[in-house]
Amino acid sequence: MMTGAFFENWFLPGIWITLQVTFFSAALAFVVSFVVGVLRAAPSRIVRILAGAYFEIFRSTSSLVFMFWIAFTVPMLFHIQFYGMAAGVLALGLTYGAYGSEIVRGALAAVPAAQREAGIALNFTRIQRLRRIEIPQAWPEMLPPFNNLLIELLKGTSLISLITVADMTFSGNLLRLVKGESAPIYTLLLVLYFVLAFLLTRGMRLLERRAKAKIGQAPEKTGLFGGLRSRSSIDAVTGTAGTGGAK
Amino acid sequence: MSAESPHTANTPVTDANPAVDGSELIRFDKVTKRFAGNTVLDNLCFSVDSGKHVTLIGPSGSGKTTILRLLMTLVKPDEGTIKVGGDYLTHEERGGKLVPAGEKHIREVRKNIGMVFQQFNLFPNMKVLQNIMEAPVQVLGLSKDEAEARARELLDMVGLADRCDEYPSRLSGGQQQRVAIARALAMRPQVLLLDEVTSALDPELVAGVLDVLRDVARTTDITMLCVTHEMNFARDISDQVLMFDGGKVVESGSPEKIFGDPDHDRTREFLSAVL
Repeated sequence: MMTGAFFENWFLPGIWITLQVTFFSAALAFVVSFVVGVLRAAPSRIVRILAGAYFEIFRSTSSLVFMFWIAFTVPMLFHIQFYGMAAGVLALGLTYGAYGSEIVRGALAAVPAAQREAGIALNFTRIQRLRRIEIPQAWPEMLPPFNNLLIELLKGTSLISLITVADMTFSGNLLRLVKGESAPIYTLLLVLYFVLAFLLTRGMRLLERRAKAKIGQAPEKTGLFGGLRSRSSIDAVTGTAGTGGAK
Repeated sequence: MSAESPHTANTPVTDANPAVDGSELIRFDKVTKRFAGNTVLDNLCFSVDSGKHVTLIGPSGSGKTTILRLLMTLVKPDEGTIKVGGDYLTHEERGGKLVPAGEKHIREVRKNIGMVFQQFNLFPNMKVLQNIMEAPVQVLGLSKDEAEARARELLDMVGLADRCDEYPSRLSGGQQQRVAIARALAMRPQVLLLDEVTSALDPELVAGVLDVLRDVARTTDITMLCVTHEMNFARDISDQVLMFDGGKVVESGSPEKIFGDPDHDRTREFLSAVL
C-alpha cells in the first residue's frame, strides 16, 4: 500500500517532526506550568491576578486559532516571521502551559499546611520552602495529570499539519491524496499516535515511581515492613504510619 | 501610636544579650487574637525571662497553642505586640511608627525561635539526617560538613544515631518526634516552643520523648515554652506554670505553688480534672 520511497521521505520524517514538536511544546508548557502555577499562589495580589489572567485567557482560546494567529497574523502585525514549527510549538506550549499551571497550583495547594509551618519554624524563605519542601512533595502528585496532559499535547500536535508543517498527520494526508486510500492510512495514524502515547505513559510511570521513592513512599523491593509501605505521605507526616512497626 | 509599654521602653533594640539568665526574653503586650469572631486571646500580657522553662496549662480552647503559634509567626496578632529579645516580632518601627513587619525583619527575629509540633511535621521527602541538616545549610549557611557533624551529634543525643539514613515514614511516632526535636535544636534557638509534643504518640512512646526534653532542659540554657497535658513532666521541668482560661492568664507561679496550692478555683478545678 505504501511505497518504500514515500515512507522514507515523508512518513519517517513526519514521525520525527511530531516527536520534536511534542518535545519542544512539552518543554515550553512545563516551564510555563511551573512559573504560572507558582505565581498563582504568590503573596502579591497583582502577581496573582496576572498569573490568573494568563491561565484564564490561554485555557479559553483555541490552540488552533492561536496557532493560525501566530503563524499568519503576527507576521503581518509585527513583522516577525515564525518558522512554521516554531509557531506551532509556541501556540501549543503556551496553551498547554495554562492547563499545566492548574496541575502545579493544585498539587502545591495539596501539600499539608503543616509542612509549610515546619518550614517557617526553621526560618526558610518562601523560595527555599518551595524549592526544598513544597515542590518535591507535590511533584509525585503532579506526574499522573502531567502524563494526561502530555498525551493530549502529543495528539494536539496534529494541528500543526494545518499550518503546513510536515508532521505525521500531514504526511498521512499527503499519502492519502497520492494513493486515494483513506481507511488504511488513517488507521495507521491512529495506531501510531497510540503507540507514541503508550511509550510516553510508560516513561511517565517510571518517573512517578522514582519520584515516590524519593519521598519515601514507594514499596521497597525487600525489607521486613514491605506490607506497610503503601501508605500515603499524609499518613507519614501525621504520624499514623508505622508507629508499631519500626522500633 | 505608642505601643511601647513603660517597662520595655529602655530595652536596647539589638545588641542586648538575651541569653543572659534572668533578663526578659519574651513579652506579650495586650495581645488579642480572634478566629472568625471568636476571641481566643484577650488583651493578653505576660513575659518570660531568658533561660526559664515555662509551661502553659489550661482547658483546651484556652489559647495556649495560639500563643506558641503567634511566637512562631504562624499566625499574626490582631492587636497588641510581641517582643522577643527586645525586638518586635511582627511589627517594626518605621519613621517612629509601629507598622506590620516585612518578611526580612520577621526572619531576623524568628531565627531565635524553634518549634516542635504535635504532629512532628518532618519533611517526608528527606531522610532523617537531611531533615536536620537542611535548615542549618540553607538558612544559617553552614557548610555541609559542619551541618552533618551537628546533626549527627544531635541524633546521638536523642538516641537515633543509627536511623539517620531512614525516611521519616519508616520511624515510629516517638522516633519521629525525637528527630523533630533534634531538627529544631540544630538551629541553635534561644527559645524552643513545644506544642503538645507527646499528644499524638502511643502511650509507650511518650517517655522516650519526655526524657530527651528533660535532657535538653537540664543541659542547655534554652528558654522553653511548653504546652502539655503531661502534668508530671510540667512539674519536673518548669520554673513557672501559667494557667490559662478564656484567653487570659488566670494564675501564674512555681510548679509547687500551682500544682500544690493554687489560688484560684478555676485552676483547682482544671487540675482535679486532669490529674
